[in-house]
Amino acid sequence: MAAPRASLHLVAPKWNLGTSGIRGLSSAVTPEGNQRKGRMLLQFLTDRFYDVEAIRQYLFQKQVSKVHKENRSSTGIKKQYGPYIAGAYFVLKQGGAVKFQGEEWIRSKHGYSPLQLLSFQAVPIEAVDASDCAINYEGLDNLLALKELQSLLLQRCPHVDDWCLSRLHQLANSLQELSLAGCPRISERGLACLHHLQNLRRLDISDLPAVSNPGLTQILVEEMLPRCEVLGAEWAQGLKSGPEQQSQDTASPIPA
Amino acid sequence: MFRGALWLLAGRGCVGRGLSTRSGGSTPDWTEKVSEIKKKIQSALPGGAWDPLYDTSHLPPEHSDVVIVGGGVLGLSVAYWLKRLEKPRGAIRVLVVDRDHTYSRASTGLSVGGIRQQFSLPENIQLSLFSVDFLRNINEYLAVVDDPPLDVQFNPSGYLLLASEKGAAIMENNVKVQRQEGAKVCLMSPEQLQNKFPWINTDGVALASYGLEGEGWFDPWCLLQGLRRKIQSLGVFFCQGEVTRFSTSSSRMQTSGGKEMTLKRIHEVHVKMDHSLEYQPVECALVINAAGAWSGQVAELAGIGKGPPGTLEGTKLPVEPRKRYVYFWHCPEGPGLETPFMADTSGAYFRREGLGHNYLGGCSPTEEEEPDPGNLEVDHDFFQDKVWPHLAHRVPAFQSLKVRSAWAGYYDYNTFDQNGVVGPHPLVVNMYFATGFSGHGLQQAPAVGRAVAEMVLKGQFQTIDLSSLLFSRFYLGEKVEERNII
Repeated sequence: MAAPRASLHLVAPKWNLGTSGIRGLSSAVTPEGNQRKGRMLLQFLTDRFYDVEAIRQYLFQKQVSKVHKENRSSTGIKKQYGPYIAGAYFVLKQGGAVKFQGEEWIRSKHGYSPLQLLSFQAVPIEAVDASDCAINYEGLDNLLALKELQSLLLQRCPHVDDWCLSRLHQLANSLQELSLAGCPRISERGLACLHHLQNLRRLDISDLPAVSNPGLTQILVEEMLPRCEVLGAEWAQGLKSGPEQQSQDTASPIPA
Repeated sequence: MFRGALWLLAGRGCVGRGLSTRSGGSTPDWTEKVSEIKKKIQSALPGGAWDPLYDTSHLPPEHSDVVIVGGGVLGLSVAYWLKRLEKPRGAIRVLVVDRDHTYSRASTGLSVGGIRQQFSLPENIQLSLFSVDFLRNINEYLAVVDDPPLDVQFNPSGYLLLASEKGAAIMENNVKVQRQEGAKVCLMSPEQLQNKFPWINTDGVALASYGLEGEGWFDPWCLLQGLRRKIQSLGVFFCQGEVTRFSTSSSRMQTSGGKEMTLKRIHEVHVKMDHSLEYQPVECALVINAAGAWSGQVAELAGIGKGPPGTLEGTKLPVEPRKRYVYFWHCPEGPGLETPFMADTSGAYFRREGLGHNYLGGCSPTEEEEPDPGNLEVDHDFFQDKVWPHLAHRVPAFQSLKVRSAWAGYYDYNTFDQNGVVGPHPLVVNMYFATGFSGHGLQQAPAVGRAVAEMVLKGQFQTIDLSSLLFSRFYLGEKVEERNII
C-alpha cells in the first residue's frame, strides 16, 4: 500500500483543486469553462491512475530536456572557429540576431549563410539580440565568451531568470547596453547583482511581471548604477491604495 | 468478498430506509446515518485505516525499511534521494518521523537562509556547489504534476568575508582551494573594497573575499515545503511522533586483529504520539539520524557513547544544540540593493532583507558567552553589547538603526570540529548520521542527502567523497576543521 496521498478519496474531492496548504504560493488565474473542466478531468485521472501521472511526468521531462538540448554548448565549433563564430552560431540557431564589429545585423529570420559567418572568424561581436529566444543559464556560456560585447538584448526570454543575471558580471568590462524588458522570470533579486556592470549606460527593466515593486525597484537600481540610464517603471507605478499591495513573501514567514 | 457484501447490505439498507421514510422529521436523521455508514465503509475498503478495535490512522506503519528520525531539511533531503535513487521504483518504504509538524523549533525554518561556497574544507565546497545547482534546477528535481513551480526567492548577491591582518594569509589560502574546486570567488584589497562598496569602513580590513556567483540567500521554508510535497507524491510516509526507544540486539564479533567487539543492530523504533502514552513499535532495517540539534539525544537512545571513555563504545556523538540569535532591523540610510551577505572580521554578519532598507543579522557568541539552549528566548542585550558595536564600526550608516524584531534558533553544533557527521556508525551498524553541520546544514542539505542515500543504497559515496566526515573520526581524534564558520 502506498503512502496515503492527500487527494485519495472515495468521495469526489472538492478541496483537491484548492490545496494551497503546503504550496503557499497562489496558483495562476483559473481558466474558464471547458478548459477548466478538461483540467479538472485530467487532475482527477492523475490522482487515480499511476499511468496517467507517469505519462504527464514524462511529457514534462521531455519539455525540460528540449530546452536543455537547445542550449547545449557547441564546444567543437568553439575550438575550431573561435568563440565569436560559436556565439554567433548559437544565437542564430536560437532565432536571434548578431552584429559583428563594423558590419550590419545578421538576423536568422532574414536568412544567413554559414560561409558568410566563417569569414568573420577574428571579428569580435559587439551586439547580440536574443529576444524571444529560449536561452537559459547553460546557453549563456556562449554569450559570456564574447568579451567585447557592448549591447545585449534579452527581451521576453522565457527562461532567463535571476540565476542568469548573476552570471553577467563576466561581461562587466564591455557591456554598455542591456535590455531585460518583458522577461517573466526576472525579479528584483536578480537585478541586485547588476551592480557589477559598472560600464552600463542603458538598462531597460520595463514590464517585468515578477518584480514586486516596480517603482521602488527602479529607484534602487538607479541608486545602484549612478552612471546608467534606467528605463522602466515610473516611480509612482505600483503605488496603489493600501491593503491590496501588501502582497509577496507569503512563503517565508519571518518569525516575529 | 466480505467487504463487497457489506457494501451491498449497507446500500440496500439505505434504499430500504429511504423508501419507508414518510414524515419529513426523520429525514435529517437518515442523512446523518448515511454519512456515518459511508464513513465506516470507507474505512473498511482498501485505502482506509480500518482497525476493528480503534482508529490507528495517526500511528506510523508497523514495518518500514528506513526510518528517518527528524523531518527537517536534511531528513527530507535524505528521503527524497532515497526515493530517487532506489531501484526498482517503490522498492523501499521510507518513514519520516518528526515530533513537531509545525517546525516551531526546527533549525530549518528559523535559519537566515544563506548559501556560500567560501569554506576552507574542499568537501564543504563541493557540497555547497551541488546544492546551489540543485536550487537552481529545483523545478526539475522537485516537480509535481499539477502543482505550481517553486520559487525559492534566491538572491544571488554573494557573500563578502572580511579578514584582518591576522587572518589574511588563511583567507588567501582558502580562496585558492575554493577556486580549485570551481567556486567563483575573488579577492579584494581594501581600496577595491572601498570603491565597490563605499558604505563600508575598511579600517582594520586587510583582505576581503567576495563570491561572484552561486552565493547568496534563499527561502528555506520554500525548500522544505517543496521537498515535503515531492516526497509525499513519491510515497514517503510521515508521522508526527517522538522516538523514545530503540530495540536493539547485539552480537559479538572478532576483528581481524583478534579483538572482540560488540556490534548492535536496531530492530524496532518506538514512536510515541504527542500528548499521549500511545506508541507504535516500527520494525525497521535502517535508521537515519537527522534530528538536528537533538541528534545527540537520539544517538544516546541507541546506546552510542555508553561505555568506558576513550573506547569506541564510549565515544558519544558530539552534537548539541547551541542557541543563536537573529535580529531584524531597519536603517533608512543603510546600504542599497547591492549589499552582499557580509561577515565582518569580528564574526558579526548581516544581509539585506527585501527592498525597504531592512536587514537581518547577528553574531556567533564566543564559547564563554554561549547562551543557555533550554529555550528560544531572545537576549536583546546581546545585540546592544556584542553585535551593534561591530556593525556600526564596519558600516557607519548602522549607527542609527532600529531593531524591529528578533528570534532565536538552534545550531546542531558539532563540538568536536564544527563539521557534519555523515555515514554509518561503526558499532551500531544500521544507524546512519546526517547531522552536526553547525550552521551550514541548510545550504548543504541536498548534497548531503544524496551522499547518505548513496551510502545506504550502494554502500559507498559515489559523487562526493565524504569519508573524512564519518563518525570514526571522533574516536580516532582526527579533527576535520572548518575555519569559515559564521
